[in-house]
Amino acid sequence: MRYLPKSPAERTEMLRDIGASSIDDLFAIIPEEYRLQRDLDIPRQMGESEIVDHFKAASLKNANGYTSFLGAGVYKHYRPVVIDSLVQRGEFLTSYTPYQAEITQGTLQAIFEFQTMICELTGMDIANASMYDGSTGAAEAVMMAIRITGRDDVLVARTTHPEYREVMHTYAQHQGHTAREVNYGPDGRLDLAALEQSLTGETACILVQSPNFFGIVEDIPAIAGIAHKKGALLIVSIAEAVSLGIVRPPKEADIVSLEAQSFGVALSYGGPYCGVLAAKEKYLRQMPGRLVGETKDTQGRRGFVLTLSTREQHIRREKATSNICTNQALVALMATIFMTVYGKEGIKELALQNLAKAQYAAKTLSGSLNGGGRLLFAETPRFNEFILETGEAPEQLSARLLESKIIAGVALKKWYPELGNATLWCATELTTKDQIDTAASVLANAPVTAAAR
Amino acid sequence: MANGFIGTPRKVTAHLTQNEALSFEKSSPGKKAYRLPPLDVPEVDPASLLGEAAREDTGVLPELSEIEIIRHFTRLSTWNYAIDLGMYPLGSCTMKYNPRVNEFVSRLEGIAEAHPYQPESLSQGSLAIIRQLQDCLLEITGMDAITLQPAAGAHGEFTGILLARAYHQSKGNPRKHVLIPDSAHGTNPATAAVCGYEVINIKSNAQGGVDVAALEQLVTEETAVLMLTNPSTIGVFEHQIHKIADILHAKGALLYMDGANMNALCGKTRPGDFGVDVMHLNLHKTFSTPHGGGGPGSGPVACKKILEPFLPVPVVEQDGDGVLHFNYDRPDSVGRVRMFYGNFGMFVRALAYILANGPDGLRQTTEDAVLNANYIRKKLEDLYELPYPTPSMHEVVFSDKRQTKNGIKTGDIAKRLIDYGFHPYTTSFPLIVPGALMIEPTESESREELDLFIDAMRQIAREADENPQLILDAPHSTRVSRLDETTAARKPVLRWKAPAASTPLAPDNSPAKEW
Amino acid sequence: MAYPANYRYTREHEWIEVNGSAGTVGITDYAQNSLGDIVFVESPKVGDKVEKGKVFGSVESVKAVSDLFAPVSGTVTAINEELAGSPEKINTDAHTAWIMKIELSDPSEVDSLLSVEDYEKFIKEETGH
Repeated sequence: MRYLPKSPAERTEMLRDIGASSIDDLFAIIPEEYRLQRDLDIPRQMGESEIVDHFKAASLKNANGYTSFLGAGVYKHYRPVVIDSLVQRGEFLTSYTPYQAEITQGTLQAIFEFQTMICELTGMDIANASMYDGSTGAAEAVMMAIRITGRDDVLVARTTHPEYREVMHTYAQHQGHTAREVNYGPDGRLDLAALEQSLTGETACILVQSPNFFGIVEDIPAIAGIAHKKGALLIVSIAEAVSLGIVRPPKEADIVSLEAQSFGVALSYGGPYCGVLAAKEKYLRQMPGRLVGETKDTQGRRGFVLTLSTREQHIRREKATSNICTNQALVALMATIFMTVYGKEGIKELALQNLAKAQYAAKTLSGSLNGGGRLLFAETPRFNEFILETGEAPEQLSARLLESKIIAGVALKKWYPELGNATLWCATELTTKDQIDTAASVLANAPVTAAAR
Repeated sequence: MANGFIGTPRKVTAHLTQNEALSFEKSSPGKKAYRLPPLDVPEVDPASLLGEAAREDTGVLPELSEIEIIRHFTRLSTWNYAIDLGMYPLGSCTMKYNPRVNEFVSRLEGIAEAHPYQPESLSQGSLAIIRQLQDCLLEITGMDAITLQPAAGAHGEFTGILLARAYHQSKGNPRKHVLIPDSAHGTNPATAAVCGYEVINIKSNAQGGVDVAALEQLVTEETAVLMLTNPSTIGVFEHQIHKIADILHAKGALLYMDGANMNALCGKTRPGDFGVDVMHLNLHKTFSTPHGGGGPGSGPVACKKILEPFLPVPVVEQDGDGVLHFNYDRPDSVGRVRMFYGNFGMFVRALAYILANGPDGLRQTTEDAVLNANYIRKKLEDLYELPYPTPSMHEVVFSDKRQTKNGIKTGDIAKRLIDYGFHPYTTSFPLIVPGALMIEPTESESREELDLFIDAMRQIAREADENPQLILDAPHSTRVSRLDETTAARKPVLRWKAPAASTPLAPDNSPAKEW
Repeated sequence: MAYPANYRYTREHEWIEVNGSAGTVGITDYAQNSLGDIVFVESPKVGDKVEKGKVFGSVESVKAVSDLFAPVSGTVTAINEELAGSPEKINTDAHTAWIMKIELSDPSEVDSLLSVEDYEKFIKEETGH
């Protein structure tokens, strides 16, 4: 076994030193009837080249060489190569949670930089060291709002990512909280009148995503005004972090839950990604997850430590703010390097390119539709996603595009039956004009029978 | 005191590390580390497209060139200890070698660039990886069904307890209590609480195991689950495990196993065979996915057939013609615990690890992990107090009882270990051992590295007798000495702030240092 | 540090100074000493009802949290705002750094609390000397 650094002779000598006659002596405490007396029925040991071949074969059964217009909570942006070369350094990759500050200053300082950049981009005062992902982060933010307000009614915008909402419901229902959804209006934004009606003196918070699941930028100041009037907190979930380069930060929010996957993290079929919570300073003690703080050593030199850990499960046990233990440190490091590479100007330029590409794609693709197709919510501000309503059913449209090696936008009827044939499309800086034009020409060739439906 | 013994680390010598400011402090307007391609579509005006939602200023982000960024993070990296540098004996964390082929295959284009919503027909490779990992983990645990969705161990606990809750609910009563031994990891009680259960603590017996008689008294028709770590946090196999399961099952309660210590069992015994109903695994412990400075993890949950209907949606299924797909139509499911399908990138790495080992390799791995822990125990038990003489599995827990008479606590010994070139063991846990030294070497250490560690621990024991101040002031060799955690907590500084523009940089008037 | 003779004490290491139906509550020097450097005090709000023997707040050190138990029942009339910015006051002088003032709902509850002699005896037993 190539990962095991012992010769058979060394094992024998070590057993002798211990005073055991065989390795089985060390397992004698396991009752005999439960000792596995056979080999596990799993594939035999493979050579490294076989392992590579095994996964290459699997990767070839996935999409290769396709143009994709998929977004919907996961965004394909360019990942500068320095990110991967830095995170593969063993000192980052194979280190653990920085409990021993003297020998983990590298991880600690990087997290401190991460927390700072997240505060700057989101307009919040404090940020934690990361959460599992945007969906669980949003659910934890809701639980945090419940603790802060002492109320247990929760509102969630129906324009929040459907899978985020599902996760939130799973968290809420088992803690005895009700979670009600607030619909969107004709412009694809949260219906403010409906929000006002739904809010009661018992509402802990409203969870809103912006840009929302339709790619539309919500009116955060207005929503905050309505929520705060009733003493409810506003939680803003951001699934497309690159939007922060050009979209006004949700300063009026009480808590921001960000998914930082867009910042240099591979799509990787859904994870690992990087959630993070940011908030107003006064909510610090209710914040779940790890926090890194600046301090000094005995000689007065600057250093960083994990701090305020009394909030956490390893100390407070059943009274902790959350059961969360691990964060997504390595993925947060990727995001940190990404933000450092693009920096103050680059993040803006990048976001602007996304805006331009999506604007062109929305116009071009909707312009190519015949038979009653159109761009939905066309007049509302949006970032890099848009919805096409087509005469043609999404399955059929998708199948036609796949023949040209193009993956269409996500069909929405599964979550929004009232939107019928609508599909959600995304264009990023990596989407080229050629790809958009090609997709438009395929869309324009919709069979007449389908268009007539 | 000055004449007291001063240790001689054999593993390390001091060397210089570079200083490095925060990226913000090195920033200068106009520097760039990126270049976007020219825009091939018409330019847009954000103010007209976004209106009032347009952003004016992106705040204080650094502006640096690429070489500065490479040096910045490389310098930071050199301040970290890592498995790649040496033994990292954090008990309960299973800091084993993270094979590089795992990293390589997880970056293959068709795998790394797969979008979770791409059509299932174009995701058969990803689905096959999920399916194969599930099959392997089911065989390893002896369980019937599994979900890979939970993002980490504690998230797996949450999922597992929700499964149990849904099961009890389906019988008409979700029940009220979760029983947890006092030796348990803090996530266990925290999880039970977030799932709406009241926690009842069970005291450990003199061997550090569950007091079976006490358990019998505590289990009622309102007991939902016993959360048990096996081997326990003191590294002891619960040999009455089946009796414990029987007591629970007799009252309709379930046995949850925290699989944090599965590295002691893999290929030697299976939780499904000894009465466990539901358990989580930590792919970042037992199955070698990298810890990455604190994550990402992955916490699959395996269960018996009775709990299968409640698994989170979606589950992977296979058609008659061999095509894999997700099934979302599961009316009894507890719902989703995470978006998409879990930390897929970790599945790839864990599967690569399993394939590199095979059945013989996994068994040998477990045997070596247990051998290493017992070797350390044998070589240190004359100098460090062993509070529980019960046989050790993959980790050994000592206490600082003999050292405290000289004012030396476990945390001090830990800091001194740093000077000898090792990452400390886990300190002050489990809570049932006052002043615990929890040592888990894993299978990845050679005898040579173990001997160096043992030598360091023996020298420190001697220092504790002859020169305790040396230990109290440790570490002596690191960039920073002990940090003021009290001030960090009293007056938290959680982000960098630009100094006021009018403040000039303070000139360094300190006298030249002697080397 | 001497334990004031006019205070009454609990087995959970709180002290109370009673004047008629007004009480001032803090934690004892023994408690601050075993916690170590105190970094945060979680106080109740003015107007909160506290109940004898029930949790009314907590004190935190870097690595521990300790619940605070009300010595007697009553209504909170004041909290020590100074502790929010300077929790270390408890470390320097636990017996003057009060945490809350309460209006006792049942002054006879005071009779069940430990006298200074009883408390000093109790902590001797606790430390095993």
